[in-house]
Amino acid sequence: MGLAERHKKLERSITLLAVGTFVTVAIGGIVEIAPLFWIDNTIEEVEGMRPYTPLEQAGRDIYVREGCYSCHSQMVRPFRDEVERYGHYSLAAESMYDHPFQWGSKRTGPDLARVGGRYSDEWHVQHLQNPQSVVPESIMPQYGFLAETTLEMGDPGAQLTALRRVGVPYSDEDIGKAMADLILQADPDADGDVEDFLQRYPKAQVRDFDGEPGRITEMDALVAYLQMLGTLVNFDSAAAQEELAQEKGR
Amino acid sequence: MQIEAALGRTGLWFFIMLLSIVVAATAADSGFAAHAILVGLIAFALMWMSAARFDPVSNGRSFFKMPDGPSRYDDDVVRWGAIATMFWGMAGLAAGLFIALQLAFPQLNFEPYFNFGRVRPLHTSAVIFAFGGNALIATSFYVVQRTCRTQLAFPSLARFVFWGYQLFIVLAATGYLLGITQSREYAEPEWYVDLWLTIVWVAYLTVFVGTIIRRHEPHIYVANWFYLAFIVTIAMLHIVNNLAVPISFLGSRSYSAFAGVQDALTQWWYGHNAVGFFLTAGFLAMMYYFVPKQAERPVYSYRLSIIHFWSLIFLYIWAGPHHLHYTALPDWAQTLGMVFSVMLWMPSWGGMINGLMTLNGAWDKVRTDPIIRMMVMALAFYGMSTFEGPMLSIKSVNSLSHYTDWTIGHVHSGALGWNGMITFAAMYYLFPRLWKRKRMYSLRMINWHFWLATIGIVFYASSMWVAGITQGLMWREYGPDGYLVNSFADTVAALHPMYIMRAFGGLLYLSGAAIMSYNVWMTLAGKLRDEAPMTETPHDEAVDRPIVTPQANAVPAE
Repeated sequence: MGLAERHKKLERSITLLAVGTFVTVAIGGIVEIAPLFWIDNTIEEVEGMRPYTPLEQAGRDIYVREGCYSCHSQMVRPFRDEVERYGHYSLAAESMYDHPFQWGSKRTGPDLARVGGRYSDEWHVQHLQNPQSVVPESIMPQYGFLAETTLEMGDPGAQLTALRRVGVPYSDEDIGKAMADLILQADPDADGDVEDFLQRYPKAQVRDFDGEPGRITEMDALVAYLQMLGTLVNFDSAAAQEELAQEKGR
Repeated sequence: MQIEAALGRTGLWFFIMLLSIVVAATAADSGFAAHAILVGLIAFALMWMSAARFDPVSNGRSFFKMPDGPSRYDDDVVRWGAIATMFWGMAGLAAGLFIALQLAFPQLNFEPYFNFGRVRPLHTSAVIFAFGGNALIATSFYVVQRTCRTQLAFPSLARFVFWGYQLFIVLAATGYLLGITQSREYAEPEWYVDLWLTIVWVAYLTVFVGTIIRRHEPHIYVANWFYLAFIVTIAMLHIVNNLAVPISFLGSRSYSAFAGVQDALTQWWYGHNAVGFFLTAGFLAMMYYFVPKQAERPVYSYRLSIIHFWSLIFLYIWAGPHHLHYTALPDWAQTLGMVFSVMLWMPSWGGMINGLMTLNGAWDKVRTDPIIRMMVMALAFYGMSTFEGPMLSIKSVNSLSHYTDWTIGHVHSGALGWNGMITFAAMYYLFPRLWKRKRMYSLRMINWHFWLATIGIVFYASSMWVAGITQGLMWREYGPDGYLVNSFADTVAALHPMYIMRAFGGLLYLSGAAIMSYNVWMTLAGKLRDEAPMTETPHDEAVDRPIVTPQANAVPAE
């Protein structure tokens, strides 16, 4: 019986055809994606990674809302030119708390995976308000409204709770203090225990980011997020270098 | 209409309106409230219409001069779908031209609602899901009836599919401008819009499969295999990729179920197969019906269609990781994705060969029939971009092309060349038949459309190739001193002329579509342009009918 003859069975039955199609298209995903959830070396642990602070997460939500991924990647590839231009190539662990991931697919603008600490807060504020005023060749849109819009905080605890449901290890204390943490990070004059905050979120940067103390704007949140990108893992430490030397799988 | 039914319907819309008012009042963010108000306004309009027995659909039917009388096939939804295809096509292409101009002239960004980051997903969704999706829904309902010789199963559900899909488009599009997005490429709509689409999609599957079940032909025609694969696979991809936890059930925002590496591969498994199944399998289904019909030739090879169907749908699913070369995705997954992408070249060309060779014995029509010419160009672009795709998926090529405009050029040679051209050709075939006209208002205008579109694509693709390769080479250029030569801003400035040429190409393509809109408008009005004749494919109204006596023509047991 030839191929065409045998195929006639399938094309006379919608059930066989539909089930056959579904099984055929399911295989690839099962073989390719499912193992990523249980193969250990998919994400090599590195020291320094922690969940985002409520303010950073709020900034990240603005980054997502504005569709920044359309033009900016957050994934440095392991090439000499990229490492020299942007810094150490990105590790899987560095986006382990990113819901959703924002690796991007296009660089109309430069990669942002390690933009944190490269420019001053003032530079970021001015650049976001009027990119062409600091980079004349830039084709980036203006985001002045961020500085004028008070951050719609909603319930930061609820956001952390939703993130905990998808696997980000926030403690009950983090969730309980989410609102206080958010205000504290953007306004060091606010009441609160900075020590305790930094204990829970090491390397978090506590200051007024938008040059307008006394008011928490969307600009505060976005700049806080940009300023922490790529700063958590210290690649210069001896331990990190040793770990990287043994890294497998890429 | 009975009074009870009218009251019941009015009550239902009133209930939905009340519900949206409550939701709008308690919403956690302004975007969600705006969407609740939008739904409430639609419900209010529908309530008022049911109460006043004002029937806008029949008004619309007379506005678009749809033929009355008992249709042999259930073509009403197909007619609406064809009009929606034209409307969203123009909207999506115009949005594309707008963002192309934004990249050349950043002054065209109007914060916050019309910044590039918000309008870009509007463009991609409008052309893929609104233009392409409506074309797929309309043609699938047309083709499945003809090839099964039966009317649509569940006619009211079919109407729900059409109008429900339009609501999905409106919610998605307004959402992007309001800043409601998951920032997952081609899956931007938030959780509640995704849920709505899931409902509509299940209804679509039900109508499609239901119609195949009532068929009067023993065999399921090859176009329907492709439509089925498209509907089933998109359902799977959509559900898995959009798994997310909403922050609140009264707010628009959610966080995706997966993070980092796993999230990235899930997204590109979805993203690449939105191309593979939405833009390839579905449009191949259109090709398998409309090319043989217009050429009046049978499909070249039945055996080839079997082989290329199964290998295409099997291989496509694996190709996602080529979007993540040299990222933090494990190497084994990247290599697997690359190998399957290269293999994918063969089944893709199988489809192209099967389509082109169908013209055997009718090649002279390429000279004389502008619709055939469009189909041939569509298949040629399909062949070109399915060669370019595997080439770009090779890791060493990808290291240069990734993150650059080369990818944008590649996508558009496929989207404008293959999806656009085959859709226009199918629509030129459909409009006169659906409106019972002798032919399109003007065949010469189809010719104009063909040339404007083709030249537009040439401008678009070649400028983006140059831009992409320029960008890639400038990023990695080292001077004799061992330092990087170009700052990032240098590479942006270098692309300015290319961005202008690209926008010009887009303008040509849009002008072609505008000529088509005029042509369609005049066809609907029942006019015929006085012009030198060109080849047209005859249509026998009397034969285009379902088999209505099921007993005599039931599926033979064999």
